[in-house]
Amino acid sequence: MREISFQTALDEAVAEEMRRDPRVITLGTDFTGNPVKEFGASRVRFTPISEAVLTGMGLGAAGCGVRPIVNWRMVTFSFVAMDQVVNQASKIRYMFGGQADFPVTYRCSTGGGIGLAAQHSQSPYSMWMHLAGLKIVLPSTPADAKGLLKSAIRDNNPVVSFECSRLATLTGPVPDGDHLVPLGVADVKRTGTDVTLVGLAYYVRESLAVADELAREGISVEVVDPRTLVPMDVETLRESVQKTGRLVVVDEAPATCSAASEIAALIVEDRDTFRALKAPVRRVCAMPVPVPYSPPLEQAALPSRLDIKAAVYDVLKESVRGEWRPA
Amino acid sequence: MTLDKPRLVQMLRTMIMIREFDERAIQLRLAGKIYGAVHPYVGQEAVAVGVCTPLAVTDRVTSNHRGHGHCIAKGADIRRMMAELFGRVDGYCKGKGGSMHIADFAVGMLGANGIVGGGLPIACGAALAAQLEGRGAVTVCFFGDGAVAEGEFHESMNIAGLWKLPIVFVCENNQYAANNAIGAQHPRIDIAGHAAPYDMPGVVVDGNDVLAVHAATEEAVARARRGAGPSLLECQTYRWHFHAMRAACPPETRPAEEIARWKAGDPIARLEQEMVARALLSADELRALRQRVTTDLDDAVAFAEASPFPDPKDLMADMFAE
Ligand SMILES: Cc1ncc(C[n+]2csc(CCOP(=O)(O)OP(=O)(O)O)c2C)c(N)n1
Ligand SMILES: [Mg+2]
Repeated sequence: MREISFQTALDEAVAEEMRRDPRVITLGTDFTGNPVKEFGASRVRFTPISEAVLTGMGLGAAGCGVRPIVNWRMVTFSFVAMDQVVNQASKIRYMFGGQADFPVTYRCSTGGGIGLAAQHSQSPYSMWMHLAGLKIVLPSTPADAKGLLKSAIRDNNPVVSFECSRLATLTGPVPDGDHLVPLGVADVKRTGTDVTLVGLAYYVRESLAVADELAREGISVEVVDPRTLVPMDVETLRESVQKTGRLVVVDEAPATCSAASEIAALIVEDRDTFRALKAPVRRVCAMPVPVPYSPPLEQAALPSRLDIKAAVYDVLKESVRGEWRPA
Repeated sequence: MTLDKPRLVQMLRTMIMIREFDERAIQLRLAGKIYGAVHPYVGQEAVAVGVCTPLAVTDRVTSNHRGHGHCIAKGADIRRMMAELFGRVDGYCKGKGGSMHIADFAVGMLGANGIVGGGLPIACGAALAAQLEGRGAVTVCFFGDGAVAEGEFHESMNIAGLWKLPIVFVCENNQYAANNAIGAQHPRIDIAGHAAPYDMPGVVVDGNDVLAVHAATEEAVARARRGAGPSLLECQTYRWHFHAMRAACPPETRPAEEIARWKAGDPIARLEQEMVARALLSADELRALRQRVTTDLDDAVAFAEASPFPDPKDLMADMFAE
């Protein structure tokens, strides 16, 4: 185990996969470090600022035996490539009847909280979940970031890797060697019995911090990180809620049609999990506004630890069955 | 490539097949035997055949909504194409794609595309793959005059010029994008003129002269193969029918005189006359060739009709690769 940053973990994932498989190439307008030195300019491609063609090129090259990693840098910029994402990448395999595989990885940073204001503080993963046809990863730790990105690059489908900006410089332990995290497997980051907190990306950390604070009050919180949004590990989520009977989902995307909404629906529409519920499900999400610039406004727009805590108290208080009492 | 008699006969046969395939598709759509939209390629046959003749099976093409001709010219099997239009399991896409999403990766036909301009970036990716492979394969990208107004056209031209991708951009300028005449869509009617700023040759070709299209493509393909980069061919042509049909054929809105003028330059008749003049084709041979196209199409329709519909239990198959 080494202690490295989230960003370093991602860089290592790309470098290791490029070393492992000569078909892996990477395209972007900029790269961290100097990957050209090791891999050469034909595999590390500095591109013009042309997200639509980059997105489609990654797809077209993938259909012809290459394994491209297209780095949009910020998810913001992917929006000018919407045709290639929505009409092409998410549909190409199915509409051609599975004739070819398209092993392309799209990478982008996501999220707010670092003062970049509306256009550069977006968390639109649910838009892409909605498409069907794209796999989506959203790691919360350096180890998961590395392991998931490596799996994404090895996957034979278009995968979008959402990489939370606020996590970039944070460090954590990462196993040595060829560390892989399979797509579609959630991780219980902390076990507990009273409430399940499902966090996404940065809000896994925040949920863990809240869980620590609440433990001192005798509240036992389980923190689950889906890690992959498509395919979603619904079994692990349901298992947790069947145990705790209470669910709070935390994310920095606004609640409307969000990943948090999807998780809530997956919980309540399952008969066994529904029966186990002791309180209404709660979403703690961003306010439905473009993320503002000024720090007090930005903080007001995004979920805080206090918001998470309040939601946990609420689901304990609002319990319709099995009233909760401090241990 | 010398265009000897067998090759010219093959080109003529393919042009006739393309025309008759789409004439048949119109009839089948009117009869309710196939579904969705049909965009007939009739009148533009010289472009698909002139462009695809110099290509090897390892070369790749991307196509657009008016794609049946490109598919046939690249060597796809008309039986599996027809089965796709019929929505059957033996179609190229097992009935999941239909007319606007036909593809045959085995012959390097990387797909029709229902999005104007959508195929250009994908073609650049295929060209990038070929450049990395280093075996001299070339990608051809077919698109209409309408696509030239899309951002994807300009991004694709820019990066192809910058990276000297082995790609040939083939614009089929059929004078209209849906019902809008070309002059109403571009400030200057000079599609080939878009080549220069992206540092590639831009060539205007008589798109109803299959030999001229062939010659221009050969040069562009040779340039791409030797690593000298992309070219833009503007093939001037005309579609004989409506832009698109669903249950009925829409009324004609273009000037009758204009239609008559272009029909007088029928690309198939022109090749036939050329071959007759060079004593490469007799009337009997032509008759036999046309007869053969008809029986092949009958066979394709029979194949399609005999193929089962997909089972709804396979709805979710092919979403993701293992
Ligand atoms: C992005 C996009 N906008 C609009 C359409 C609807 N549409 C389909 S074909 C077409 C005209 C295309 O004209 P052109 O590129 O010249 O090709 P042609 O039909 O003449 O072969 C239009 C507007 C579409 N499919 N995609
Ligand atoms: Mg047109």
